[in-house]
Amino acid sequence: MVDALPLLEARGLVKVYPGVRALDGADFTLRAGEVHALMGENGAGKSTLIKALTGALAPDAGEVRLGGRVIRPRSPVEAQRLGISTVYQEVNLAPNLSLAENLLLGRQPRRLGLIDRRAVRRRAEAIMAGLGVRADVGRPLGSLPIAVQQMAAIGRALDLDARVLVLDEPTSSLDAEETARLFGAVRSLAARGMGVVFITHFIGQVYEVCARVTVMRGGRVVAVRDAGGLPRLELVALMLGVSMEEARAIERAHARAGSSAEVALRARGLRRGRVGPIDLDLRRGGALGLAGLLGSGRTETARMIAGADRHESGRVEIDGRSVPTSPPRRAIAAGVALCPEDRKAEAIVPGLSVRENIALAVQARQGWWRPIGRRAQRNLAERFVRSLRIATPGVEKPAGELSGGNQQKVVLARWLAAEPRVLLLDEPTRGIDVGAKAEIERLVGDLCARGVAVLFISSEVEEVGRVCDRVLVLRDGRAAGELSGEGVTVAAVMRLIAGEGERA
Amino acid sequence: MRDSARAAVRAIGRAAPAAAAVGLLLAFNAAFTPGFFDLAVADGRLAGSLVDVVNRGAVVALLALGMALVIATGGVDLSVGAVMAIAGATAATLVAQHGASPWAAIAGALAVGAAAGAFNGALVAGAGVQPIVATLVLMVAGRGAAQLLTGGQIVTFNDPVLNFIDGGFVAGVPMPVLIAAGALALGLALTRGTALGLFVEATGDNERAARLAGVRVRAVKAAAYVLCGVAASVAGLLAASDIRAADANNAGLYLELDAILAAVLGGTALRGGRFSLVGAVLGALFIQGLTTTLYLHDVSPNATLAVKAGAVLAVCLAVSERVRAWVGRK
Repeated sequence: MVDALPLLEARGLVKVYPGVRALDGADFTLRAGEVHALMGENGAGKSTLIKALTGALAPDAGEVRLGGRVIRPRSPVEAQRLGISTVYQEVNLAPNLSLAENLLLGRQPRRLGLIDRRAVRRRAEAIMAGLGVRADVGRPLGSLPIAVQQMAAIGRALDLDARVLVLDEPTSSLDAEETARLFGAVRSLAARGMGVVFITHFIGQVYEVCARVTVMRGGRVVAVRDAGGLPRLELVALMLGVSMEEARAIERAHARAGSSAEVALRARGLRRGRVGPIDLDLRRGGALGLAGLLGSGRTETARMIAGADRHESGRVEIDGRSVPTSPPRRAIAAGVALCPEDRKAEAIVPGLSVRENIALAVQARQGWWRPIGRRAQRNLAERFVRSLRIATPGVEKPAGELSGGNQQKVVLARWLAAEPRVLLLDEPTRGIDVGAKAEIERLVGDLCARGVAVLFISSEVEEVGRVCDRVLVLRDGRAAGELSGEGVTVAAVMRLIAGEGERA
Repeated sequence: MRDSARAAVRAIGRAAPAAAAVGLLLAFNAAFTPGFFDLAVADGRLAGSLVDVVNRGAVVALLALGMALVIATGGVDLSVGAVMAIAGATAATLVAQHGASPWAAIAGALAVGAAAGAFNGALVAGAGVQPIVATLVLMVAGRGAAQLLTGGQIVTFNDPVLNFIDGGFVAGVPMPVLIAAGALALGLALTRGTALGLFVEATGDNERAARLAGVRVRAVKAAAYVLCGVAASVAGLLAASDIRAADANNAGLYLELDAILAAVLGGTALRGGRFSLVGAVLGALFIQGLTTTLYLHDVSPNATLAVKAGAVLAVCLAVSERVRAWVGRK
């Protein structure tokens, strides 16, 4: 086991993009027969490393060896021919072809020069059975569950006699049962001597299937460890780049909730897909932080509350009364507003002016037959341009032409103008400059002082600590714990993110 | 104050290419077409080439008004030509074969247009079908429905009210001019006098953002298709009144393309978002003005289409931002 031969080896990989060293001398070793987790926050260099290994991009320096021989695949197809297969997060097969055709595309067994359909079917059934999946291989791939599609992608890799299988976030769209089936297949593949690289944001899954872990940060490998000897807290500290001393220093118990203010919004048992059930209370004049790693269910929770996505079960109560929240205009009517995470795709209307963008939500609530006059809109917009210090030559400027931070302020202004009772902010400070960030953090404080209930989502644990009086930590789609008052510290939040709290 | 001036400039700016094209056309005629600007009053009726252009351009102008709205929501309506045929067939058969009053015939035609728009709207906004595909259904089936109504015949009528729609004059002004102007005024009141225009633009520009802001994006889209259908049925009444008959095969044939062209020339973004109703009407007038000008210069009908295509290409290139940037660099 210890002396297992390196199957795939990368030494000193460097990839430089203008302004970024995406890979900064990264080493990576994969042994035959192991499932190896590749961990790191976004931008750590995981996908660049994978792309370099699978031929999707050429590294500027360094070498890759497969079974001891130096390889330089110039495309994923070439890498596949060498024995390295990759299954991406998005299934990239042909949805209109049958499962069998997808499995054997380009390699169908032939008879007398024609494709032997019966042999195709038999072979496809054998492949899927080998993965422990029973499915009608004659059906179009697109009509089968995502889990089966994922398995088909794996099955295709398998049939190519792959020696290395790279799984890039394969479980992000699977439910618990499908994930378990996938893991079963992965384990049996490893048992047959295949080397599997597993990329995921779900820390729990690392411990479930992986023997070793490589942690990346800033384009470098910061640790290679056996999963068994790496506590969750340490793994998270490595990923986030925070010292263990800091993490260990504060071992305070969770402070009990100090605030006794009235509850403005109560969510019970919210559930959609793999997220939930989630319970949470938003108090008048309080800011609740929602923390957790990417994929822990933060965004999904906010979207369910605001009706952006319909929840499958559970309920949202406002002032003790259960209210419908989907479509979003119903949530808005009940006083709930959401600033979504993806500003460009879901918030800013680029061609409309700053004035129209700010007036949009108020106008939508009034209905189309009661227009807000142009002058009233202008006054409204100018008021927010001043109070939020939106940098724009005038309120008639198309919002799409403003900088990211100013666009974010325009979106905030849209909701402030609507005077919501509950405001959900999903990553409101991401991708904006430091000054605008501080202003937005300050604004949350002002809103709380005016009695608005705020839900604040941020990937920056420090920021959540600065802004919020309570923090709910999510992990793998569930609440992992809640902190409040004195107990809201970076270390305590991180401990919950990592899941150490459960064991203690 | 300066802001509102800037807003006005921006609004006019969208229609600028169409306005410039119309201006060029007028300048050409001022130089080379003697008597183009002559207006005469004969029998208390306004006459002249200019009046003729507006008069004949009314049908496409009506279609372009509805089309601009639909395109602004991020869609397109290929069925307007077929809806014209159905509306004409409805009115003609009601009067000629069922002895209905002309007012009932007009109401019937408008109702059919609204129903056609509602059908398109249901497919696009309700069922989520691609607009091109959804309206293609009615583009093909609609003409068939019109033929069923007329029994495959050209149904003629001679009713003073229906005849008046295209052939009448009020205070010396031809009815089509008045109808098109009225439709433009109504359209402006409906979109700019209410918040409908804002909702249409928000929906077309960023549908997900509009939905999250509380805009009823499905209702907005459906409304655009209904208005487009009604506008097309008015155009159908004009076309039928012009020939005093319903010709299910030829009424409005290919006019959906002129309508799309007029709307785009008029500054409505094809990918949805900003639109200009004034620009759409100017675009329609440009298309008709070009046809009339070529006719006045005795250009053979065979060559007319080629010249038209060339002129349209020139205008489209002038609108293209990439071409503008390229020229600007020179």
